[in-house]
Amino acid sequence: MAKKETKKRAPLFHIIKRGRDALPWYFGMLVRAIAVVAALLVCGVLITLLTGKNPLQVYGSMIDGVFGSSRRIWNMLQSLSMLLCVSLAVTPAFKMRFWNIGAEGQVLIGGLACTATMMFLGDKLPLWLLLTVMTVASMAAAMVWALLPAVCKAYWNTNETLFTLMMNYVATQLVAYFLKVFVKDGSGVLSPMPQYGLPVIGGHAYLLNVLVVVLLTVAVYIYLRYSKQGYEISVVGESENTARYIGINVKKVIIRTLLVSGAICGLAGLLLVGGTNHTINTSTAGGRGFTAIMVSWLGKFNPLYMILTAFLVVFLERGAQQVSTDFRIPSAISDIVTGIILLFIIGCEFFLQYRVVMRKNGKEGA
Amino acid sequence: MLAFLVSAIRLGMTFLLGSTGETITEKSGHLNLGIPGVMCVGAACGCYAEYIYLSVAGRAAIPVLAVLIPILAALIGAGVMGLLFSFLTVTLRANQNVTGLALTTLGVGISDFMIDKTGSIFSKGSKYFTASLPFAEDLGWFGELFLSHGVFVYLAIVIALATSFVFNRTRVGLHLRAVGENPATADAAGINVSLYRYAATCIGCGIAGLGGLSFIMDYLNGNWEYCIDAIGWLAIALVIFTVWKPNLAILGSIVFGALYIASSYIVGVSFAGKELFKMLPYLVTILVLVITSMRSKKNQPPQSLGLPYFREER
Repeated sequence: MAKKETKKRAPLFHIIKRGRDALPWYFGMLVRAIAVVAALLVCGVLITLLTGKNPLQVYGSMIDGVFGSSRRIWNMLQSLSMLLCVSLAVTPAFKMRFWNIGAEGQVLIGGLACTATMMFLGDKLPLWLLLTVMTVASMAAAMVWALLPAVCKAYWNTNETLFTLMMNYVATQLVAYFLKVFVKDGSGVLSPMPQYGLPVIGGHAYLLNVLVVVLLTVAVYIYLRYSKQGYEISVVGESENTARYIGINVKKVIIRTLLVSGAICGLAGLLLVGGTNHTINTSTAGGRGFTAIMVSWLGKFNPLYMILTAFLVVFLERGAQQVSTDFRIPSAISDIVTGIILLFIIGCEFFLQYRVVMRKNGKEGA
Repeated sequence: MLAFLVSAIRLGMTFLLGSTGETITEKSGHLNLGIPGVMCVGAACGCYAEYIYLSVAGRAAIPVLAVLIPILAALIGAGVMGLLFSFLTVTLRANQNVTGLALTTLGVGISDFMIDKTGSIFSKGSKYFTASLPFAEDLGWFGELFLSHGVFVYLAIVIALATSFVFNRTRVGLHLRAVGENPATADAAGINVSLYRYAATCIGCGIAGLGGLSFIMDYLNGNWEYCIDAIGWLAIALVIFTVWKPNLAILGSIVFGALYIASSYIVGVSFAGKELFKMLPYLVTILVLVITSMRSKKNQPPQSLGLPYFREER
């Protein structure tokens, strides 16, 4: 009887956590590549079922939508840099295991401060001073938005995920309110003010944005990797108790990191309002605050990997949009495709962290 | 005033269904940020089923079936989303925040896609859901306030009360709370942690999916004019507002409903001021969140909320 039970209970397989450096470097890349390819296949099948078109044509249309012309490439670079900028903003906080999902609101409030500066000081200040005030205002506003949850987390351990989530909607409503106050005709649409925008360099409207984000990526990489503050962030993220034990002031680190995070969000708001749209509406952040979380997490909080993951997301979004116009299927397909691929990549992380061991036959009875 | 309250209750029940679903999920230690997406999918599946049923049955549609079929479809559709979430977070131990957000993207995409195929007007089907008791109108304010609602209002209250009963009075509820508070201890006590997390998430998502359907079919009378995901985030907010208690959520949801629509009923609020009013539910939630975290150990979120459980991890 007892023997029978042991046989029954031996599971078919069990799961073991991998050690720290048990994996060759290419293994992670390989698993992720397989996941992306598998996801693309699933999406290809899905689109084929919906449209009856050859999947190869669909992939061709995606690539065409992203790289088809120099205008498309610039649009792609612009989307990429904006998404990357927001992702860089949330990364220090995430590395500290502070789940800041309020980037959406922080970007919006930064953009709102920028818009207000452009409207009210635009004709009063010389351009160089105006640009300085815009930058300071956007960053300060977003820092305040990030500071509130950080202080509550540091002093009373308030759940930051939920707090920052709520702040998004407060920011959205504030923007909606001010749009109705600013725009006198009641349409709620603020006409663009390109005369007060960031300067255009090199003849390309988006070149400045791209350059700023490139510099920012390097800066954040160095900050997290080589600075003392970056080290403190990783320690607090790994174990708050260890951090306290070795004399790190955890409260100070939380607040300081969120100020950095907020400042970069404010910068993203500045680039979106001052450097791109020259106006604001409630969807200026466009869900980037949420997508950025996935970009940052998939990139393992490493700014250099994040360039790749951000590119993947942007490629999918823009490619799927092209597919929807080429084959006349609803544009919502881009959300579906992005969702499926993200779920695949999220799922494949399992195989990097754990190992599945099958039961060895014959050994159980002994 | 009466119309305001009736409207607040109708909207509140959407929040109530969503938040009851999320509470069940959170009690098992899962923070499912995919609820907005799940509600979208629930609504989309329900509306699509209704669309198919009414076009097949035509004039011969039976009211009971016209209500039951969409409800079933919403439960199944949203439940599948829950299954996806729990497969990723329990079996593959993925990060819950990231999985939830990806699920929201997917869910919003699926519902938008469906609207594009069927159109956004489901008023034909909606009248089956808003049908109320025939004698409600004869009973004056009492009838209007308590009896004039469609099926979802009563369904939501029954589900919330039942959930509250299960949490506090049954063994299953005790086990579920144990899993959410400390899965390692629950595991040592012989509770199947994975099973509880799977079941709680799927059931929770199913109920939240009903919330999405009720928003379209009941509150909006079948006109899918704007996206549900903002409602979904409010449902998550309501969970905090009512400190993880479904019976409190019945009152809380009506308060949320009232705050959400207050701007259209109060005379003298400017066009712009209405936008500030819509901020209230979120501000109130933040306040509750901060105050509960400042005060004693009571009324806290489940202790292992958002954390994956791996038996061999120490």
